[in-house]
Amino acid sequence: MSLSVDFACKEDVLLVRLVGELDHHEAENLKKEWKSILNQHQVRHVILNLEGLSFMDSSGLGVILGRYKEINALGGEMVICSISPEVKRLFDLSGMFKIMKLVDNEEFALEMLGVAS
Amino acid sequence: MKNSMNLEFLSVSQNESFARVTVAAFVSQLDPTMEELTEIKTVVSEAVTNAIIHGYHELPDGKIYISCTINDGEMELMIQDHGEGIADIDEAREPLFTSKPELERSGMGFTIMENFMDKVDVISSPEEGTTVRLIKHLTTNKAYCN
Repeated sequence: MSLSVDFACKEDVLLVRLVGELDHHEAENLKKEWKSILNQHQVRHVILNLEGLSFMDSSGLGVILGRYKEINALGGEMVICSISPEVKRLFDLSGMFKIMKLVDNEEFALEMLGVAS
Repeated sequence: MKNSMNLEFLSVSQNESFARVTVAAFVSQLDPTMEELTEIKTVVSEAVTNAIIHGYHELPDGKIYISCTINDGEMELMIQDHGEGIADIDEAREPLFTSKPELERSGMGFTIMENFMDKVDVISSPEEGTTVRLIKHLTTNKAYCN
């Protein structure tokens, strides 16, 4: 199963929804697309919705951390939502939630970042 | 019951998903839990990705070999390449260490393998390549035997 990515902008927030499997092979494309969207749109924060992500390995952590650093350097936040227990284990192992916030769903994430839904 | 299988494939990134799905399908005969299957798929993905990126520097003509043996609820996985080899294995196994930060590698590959498996051995020498040996005892099979 490959990865499909959906990007949407709401005010100053970029919503990124990942569906499928994120490994090194898929991470290369995701990085290109994600970087180009961040360059094209004036967004400050990112919400990463992982509801449809059925598999991820450390290559996924790398690409997410890479984008976090970019938006964090400009004062933005990254909020993760709808994560599965399997994927959450990898985030926990690498201490990602020390720097990113985790909420239950997209609605809460938007609310946290002050976007009216 | 003992059973084993061998795989050989080229160092192209499309084979990362092929390798993890194939190993998971083979191990399924031990009736592992979903959590164990996820762990196995993840470590195969980590080791094969290491072989492609670090062993063969993403050149697509290297060969990667996987052998998987299951024996009474124990799984032994060997993932081997004939690539560059690891100069300092202890350093490579440290959490968050990566020799390729410019490629946005997280440096978590070996840490994940150590957390998800019962035993991880790394045998490597420069110019000869790297073999990662992973052992895991599957819980469901123990319960079944009782």
